[in-house]
Amino acid sequence: MRFMLLFSRQGKLRLQKWYTAAAERDRKKMVRELMQVVLARKPKMCSFLEWRDLKIVYKRYASLYFCCAVEEQDNELVTLEVIHRFVELLDKYFGSVCELDIIFNFEKAYFILDEFLMGGEIQDTSKKSVLKAIEQADLLQEVAMIQSVVLSLGQ
Amino acid sequence: MPAVSKGDGMRGLAVFISDIRNCKSKEAEIKRINKELANIRSKFKGDKALDGYSKKKYVCKLLFIFLLGHDIDFGHMEAVNLLSSNKYTEKQIGYLFISVLVNSNSELIRLINNAIKNDLASRNPTFMCLALHCIANVGSREMAEAFAGEIPRILVAGDTMDSVKQSAALCLLRLYKTSPDLVLMGEWTSRVVHLLNDQHMGVVTAAISLITCLSQKNPDEFKTCVSLAVSRLSRIVSSASTDLQDYTYYFVPAPWLSCKLLRLLQCYPPPEDGAVKGRLVECLETILNKAQEPPKSKKVQHSNAKNAILFEAISLIIHYDSEPNLLVRACNQLGQFLQHRETNLRYLALESMCTLASSEFSHEAVKTHIETVINALKTERDVSVRQRAADLLYAMCDRSNAKQIVAEMLSYLETADYSIREEMVLKVAILAEKYAVDYSWYVDTILNLIRIAGDYVSEEVWYRVIQIVINRDDVQGYAAKTVFEALQAPACHENMVKVGGYILGEFGNLIAGDPRSSPLVQFNLLHSKFHLCSVPTRALLLSAYIKFINLFPETKATIQEVLRCDSQIRNSDVELQQRAVEYLKLSSIASTDVLATVLEEMPPFPERESSILAKLKKKKGPGAVSVSDLDEGKRDGGGELNGAGERGPESSVVSTPSPSADLLGLRSAPPVGSAAQGAGSLLVDVFSEAGPLAPASGVNDDGFLSSEDSAPPLPESDDPPCGPVPFQSFRFVCKNNGVLFENQLLQIGIKSEYRQNLGRMYLFYGNKTSVQFVNFTSTVSCPGDLQSHILCTPTKPVDPLVEGGAQLQQVLNIECLSDFSDAPLLNIRFRYGGALQNLTLKLPLTINKFFQPTEMGSQDFFQRWKQLSLPQQEAQKIFKANHSMDKEVLKAKLLGLGMALLENVDPNPENFVCAGVVQTKAQQVGCLLRLEPNIQAQMYRLTLRSSKDTVSKRLCDLLAEQF
Repeated sequence: MRFMLLFSRQGKLRLQKWYTAAAERDRKKMVRELMQVVLARKPKMCSFLEWRDLKIVYKRYASLYFCCAVEEQDNELVTLEVIHRFVELLDKYFGSVCELDIIFNFEKAYFILDEFLMGGEIQDTSKKSVLKAIEQADLLQEVAMIQSVVLSLGQ
Repeated sequence: MPAVSKGDGMRGLAVFISDIRNCKSKEAEIKRINKELANIRSKFKGDKALDGYSKKKYVCKLLFIFLLGHDIDFGHMEAVNLLSSNKYTEKQIGYLFISVLVNSNSELIRLINNAIKNDLASRNPTFMCLALHCIANVGSREMAEAFAGEIPRILVAGDTMDSVKQSAALCLLRLYKTSPDLVLMGEWTSRVVHLLNDQHMGVVTAAISLITCLSQKNPDEFKTCVSLAVSRLSRIVSSASTDLQDYTYYFVPAPWLSCKLLRLLQCYPPPEDGAVKGRLVECLETILNKAQEPPKSKKVQHSNAKNAILFEAISLIIHYDSEPNLLVRACNQLGQFLQHRETNLRYLALESMCTLASSEFSHEAVKTHIETVINALKTERDVSVRQRAADLLYAMCDRSNAKQIVAEMLSYLETADYSIREEMVLKVAILAEKYAVDYSWYVDTILNLIRIAGDYVSEEVWYRVIQIVINRDDVQGYAAKTVFEALQAPACHENMVKVGGYILGEFGNLIAGDPRSSPLVQFNLLHSKFHLCSVPTRALLLSAYIKFINLFPETKATIQEVLRCDSQIRNSDVELQQRAVEYLKLSSIASTDVLATVLEEMPPFPERESSILAKLKKKKGPGAVSVSDLDEGKRDGGGELNGAGERGPESSVVSTPSPSADLLGLRSAPPVGSAAQGAGSLLVDVFSEAGPLAPASGVNDDGFLSSEDSAPPLPESDDPPCGPVPFQSFRFVCKNNGVLFENQLLQIGIKSEYRQNLGRMYLFYGNKTSVQFVNFTSTVSCPGDLQSHILCTPTKPVDPLVEGGAQLQQVLNIECLSDFSDAPLLNIRFRYGGALQNLTLKLPLTINKFFQPTEMGSQDFFQRWKQLSLPQQEAQKIFKANHSMDKEVLKAKLLGLGMALLENVDPNPENFVCAGVVQTKAQQVGCLLRLEPNIQAQMYRLTLRSSKDTVSKRLCDLLAEQF
């Protein structure tokens, strides 16, 4: 996978993850162009399209578009399910996720994506394993908070 | 405010995000952001040390601002500080910031690498994963250098946790993709392959991506993965839907892993081991069988996952192309999908069937779906699906159904989306030619094509119809009649005028018997279009007119009248003016016999690969053209751009840069052509024989493509060359033409000519790939104070787009103001497949180019030699011979230098002496040269004397490398 974008119906970019190097200016241009192309498509159209030298696989969930750019030989349907699994992960973590969750907790959305995909390839498809990793991280942080509370009480 | 705030809520961050969301205008948002940036900057600069939490919060805010699309130019240091925090979340935010905002600042990279090194060594799996993620996210060469050795060790170590193994596998993959030379698998190969047997499905899933990539590059070393992959696949395929627990996705066992296993197998031919192969065929059959079973769930995720495996299995079946039974089953399965209610499946079925159509086993089976596909082309509401249908029709076309398919494609063209018209036109043109049984059908089809989609008919298409008409005398009369009729339309496309003009000019006589198409009627019809056409078309029409004078002497007076009128003979366009003048003269002075010889009917074009096919290949990449097409293309190596090669000595096409512009030999009146060489020579292709460019002094222009002269191939590397490429100054000192630079992507050819202190340099940029270069720019710069010595200005900027296989020309005007030593730099930038290529070369511009040769006798020479006897006026070198000391070779080189080679001047016949004047705007510098070879010692002594010390010195340096 070359990159993944999440953007809203209004064309606001909510999350971007790039798996190949490119200049910031080119990225912005690609994002703009691609959002235009995808937002112009009608609901019943197919989820795949050819764009530049890439295949685009996208799907809309409520107000958010999830859009992946994959290589020529990559499997479109399986990419569609990569998107769905990511949505499931977000949903499970935030509890019925909505666009606002992703806006306000963008860093968490990145962490979840990173646990699931790395360098554009799937790291683990098991919902349990991915969420376990994230929850462990949250736990580590709570421990740290408790420790600091205990410390401040001790003073 | 969000309902959920998991983990640590960073309140300040949430407030800030709310503020931004509440901004009513873009201006308000920018104002709020600037306020925040000022705040953060002052916090970071403040005396009070920030605690980890605050640092994390501010770094996070910066990240948010960046993601809104604003530039962030500080905070990197604070983020790096967070990396070494022992609080997980602080570290995590630090890594996130680094991953998103990589900065190639070397100082920071060193610090980041240090932090990563510590985390990798920490034995804490969570920290190790964070560090590995960061490496994979940044993936820079510096990181590869630092960690490519360490990561394989982590990957295969027995005590590494599964989650770390997964991260290590994918991290290594990323490094391998960016810096393959740094990732040495060697000793790890077999242990990595055996990860396919790992008990943990997550590890297998991650590792297989790495193994697939490595297998593509080194299939032999990894071939043991085939049997392991087959047995793993077999276990998954035969497992019940609940066996794999969390790796079952909507009742489908391990869909991702299955797809990846099937993809890995596509790196190899069918397994040789009978047992392995049997097991694999069994798997493939099971997958095909499952497609027929009723779905276990109504959810689209279930069917997507199941079909993802099915499509990947079909790809493997097509890849093997050896199991007729499986191929036909695959085709039937896809046939069912063609009418599925899911648009996605219809799209994929059309796409997959395209490849099936090229297999001999399944071609017939694919053809049975023709009606469905035609229907899809007509009724699908989504242009991407229609595009696939058009592709499939093209792929399934053969002699039996060509007429039907071409007719359908033509009628689709009338309403087709603009985005796909050009490609459709090419496809129709190819099919019409390839499967034409009678050529009148072919001619009709192409003319229809021009009528329906004239704007999208490229040169190749109309060139081709003309080539074919010329080569087949059975269709010439029909073609003349048809174009004549087509031209009757009040508004016809310019391409139609081109074809009409050419064909009537050649074969108008075949229909001249009919009074309705008498010569004069034909001429008037053509000329009625003349004024609406562009310059190249008008030029073509003028050639048609002169051909008319030969074919129909009775039109001579009328046509001469037309040529003579001011709008022709004094046309502001030089090409048109020249043609009018020359044709008029030719028609008045040449006898009928001469005229008939000069304007004879065009000889047949040599048969080569269709230029249109080449164009389609360039446009779509070879994969898009069916296998049978490719085979035909192979006959002559496939690379030929035009169908018929250059012919005729004429080459003065001004506005059509394509090399195929010459192929029509339209302008093939030899006496005229050679008279026009002055203009024509500007466009002599760099790769043709050396043209008439050689200046009077006799520059060495013998075959610059000969092996010793051609540029050495650069080492195989996809990286763009950086920094100025040393231009091997010696190569172009004694010659003006040749290949200046060449790598896998680009070839730069050069031709130059000089007169007095002026010069002109033609640069030819050839795109060697099949993909277009975009944002192509070339700039010439004179570093330092060079521009006070020499002016080097492009006549105009180059076209920013270089199509695959195409060549672009740029002209530089040069003026030498005073003598100089350094050379101007040529900087070329373009994007190739998204990557920026940047290249800087020194132009081969040396002081000797401005030599004017001076002939003089022995006495004169030595008198002047003595006059220039001040020590600073002389430069001398004694050096070992690096090249042949053959007398003729030396002579040729000295002539190429631009000075006059003086015979019988030096008392020693083995020595050479030369004289010349360097012409600069400021002054003329007289130079004398003496070269004394010593064959026994294989040495030379070279002495230069001139009135200017810098000139003597520079010439001496330049020349010392030549011999």
